[in-house]
Amino acid sequence: MHNEQFNNRNVSESYFLVDIEDYPTDGWGRFKRVVKRTFRGELFVGLWVVLREMIKFDIHTIQYPQEKMPIGPRYRAVHEMKRLWESGTERCIGCGLCEKICISDCIRIDTKIDENSRKEVSEYSINLGRCIFCGYCAEVCPELAITHGGRYENASEQREHFVMFEDMLTPIDALKAGKQLEFEGFGAITPHEDERVKKTPLSY
Amino acid sequence: MDIAYLIETVIKVVVVLLIFSALAGIGTYFERKVLAFMQRRLGPMNVGPYGLLQVAADGVKLFTKEDIIPANVVPNIFKIAPVITAATAFMAAAAIPFLPEFTLLGYTVHPIVADINIGILYILGIMGVGLYGPLLGGMASANKFSLLSAARGAAVFISYEVVTGLSILAPIMMVGSLSLIDFNKYQAGGIGDWVVWSQPVAFVLFWIAAFAETGRTPFHLIANDHEIIDGFGTEYSGMRWGLFFIGEYANMFFISFVIPLLFLGGYGDGSLLGALGLLAKMAFFFFFFLWTRAAWPDIRPDQLMWLCWKVLMPIAVINIVITGFVMMF
Repeated sequence: MHNEQFNNRNVSESYFLVDIEDYPTDGWGRFKRVVKRTFRGELFVGLWVVLREMIKFDIHTIQYPQEKMPIGPRYRAVHEMKRLWESGTERCIGCGLCEKICISDCIRIDTKIDENSRKEVSEYSINLGRCIFCGYCAEVCPELAITHGGRYENASEQREHFVMFEDMLTPIDALKAGKQLEFEGFGAITPHEDERVKKTPLSY
Repeated sequence: MDIAYLIETVIKVVVVLLIFSALAGIGTYFERKVLAFMQRRLGPMNVGPYGLLQVAADGVKLFTKEDIIPANVVPNIFKIAPVITAATAFMAAAAIPFLPEFTLLGYTVHPIVADINIGILYILGIMGVGLYGPLLGGMASANKFSLLSAARGAAVFISYEVVTGLSILAPIMMVGSLSLIDFNKYQAGGIGDWVVWSQPVAFVLFWIAAFAETGRTPFHLIANDHEIIDGFGTEYSGMRWGLFFIGEYANMFFISFVIPLLFLGGYGDGSLLGALGLLAKMAFFFFFFLWTRAAWPDIRPDQLMWLCWKVLMPIAVINIVITGFVMMF
């Protein structure tokens, strides 16, 4: 392979160099240029363009608080904690991987052994003032428990504002109504995973 | 001078002041809306239906803002400068016939404050005095941007006074009067009688100079936001800045009245249709000020001077000479 192919940055063959005239050197040339520019009527082209847009009235404004842009399913805003679809218990197993991988060191997780000798999350908070919404926590989560949601309208009185486990957890009634959305971004299962997955050799 | 005339004049002055102060506010609304539509935006929408009360909100803001006099300014001149701008703009309105005369409750009203026989000269002179607003305000502000703006303002206004005066000289020679009423009578016969057909060059020159006189976009370098912040208005706040603003918009409205009165037949024969025609022409010229702001770039100060002294002024002089020869033979 030759280097030339990498240096050729023409994304399309229809690119061409604009024909720029040389600057006039004498007074007569400058005079001719002024006359040509004066009577070419380019000012009226500009007037027509803006008037055309006004008549077409093709308004692109989104009146923000009333109207909102649709955001993609992979949008990385404030985190969400998912529940298991079947039992409704929280998916988080308290492994602490998200705390470990967090590059801005904003996740704090604390666990304890509950009465059934199962590991349980006792404290979980994310400092949104530090979080850079990189998505590593969602990517590393083995249980698809912590994901990113679409809630991007944050306001607080100080830089360090926290979001707690209970705030992020899907409400149980929303889960029962089938409204828990799976995150399609980092670490999520891809769609139609069931059809594509190969069975392990043991099942042959 | 009888008492009735005095009362009538005072009422007319108050009406003109009130209407054009309000129009200046509404003009900002139209400017924001028209510019927004031309840029595929909506403009003000939240205050009142379709943002109509935005004007009132802006007014409340301007009136209630703190009136700051910065430390190093020349206080008296700094305080008087915005008043000069607004006052001269409104003083120029005294010689403009806004409508044909009409009868109200059996009393004939002349919608012109003072029909002086040197009306055009008066209007041009007072608009020339308007230069002192930006000039004094900019020089007194103790701010380099304001100073630049004052220098530019002086250069532009003085240069374009020349073009305005010379371009209008040829129509004045034809009409033989300096009164806008006489101009209107001269063109009262219909579209064929309009001065613009016999003086198209003067019309275009006066129109171009009007942009410089009002400091609108192709020649907006006196308060060019991206170069010198707000120019002479940088240090002003509250209603003092608002007076500059009202002066600028009132000037736009008055120039938009003067151009049709001089060149496009004014209110014609004085019928209702003629009066509406004058308002429509005024609306078009005001709209054109906003239109060019959306479409055209600003030019450099040296280009503006070049345009004035090397292009427009010679053309105006040639126009006068040709008009003189045509009238002589």
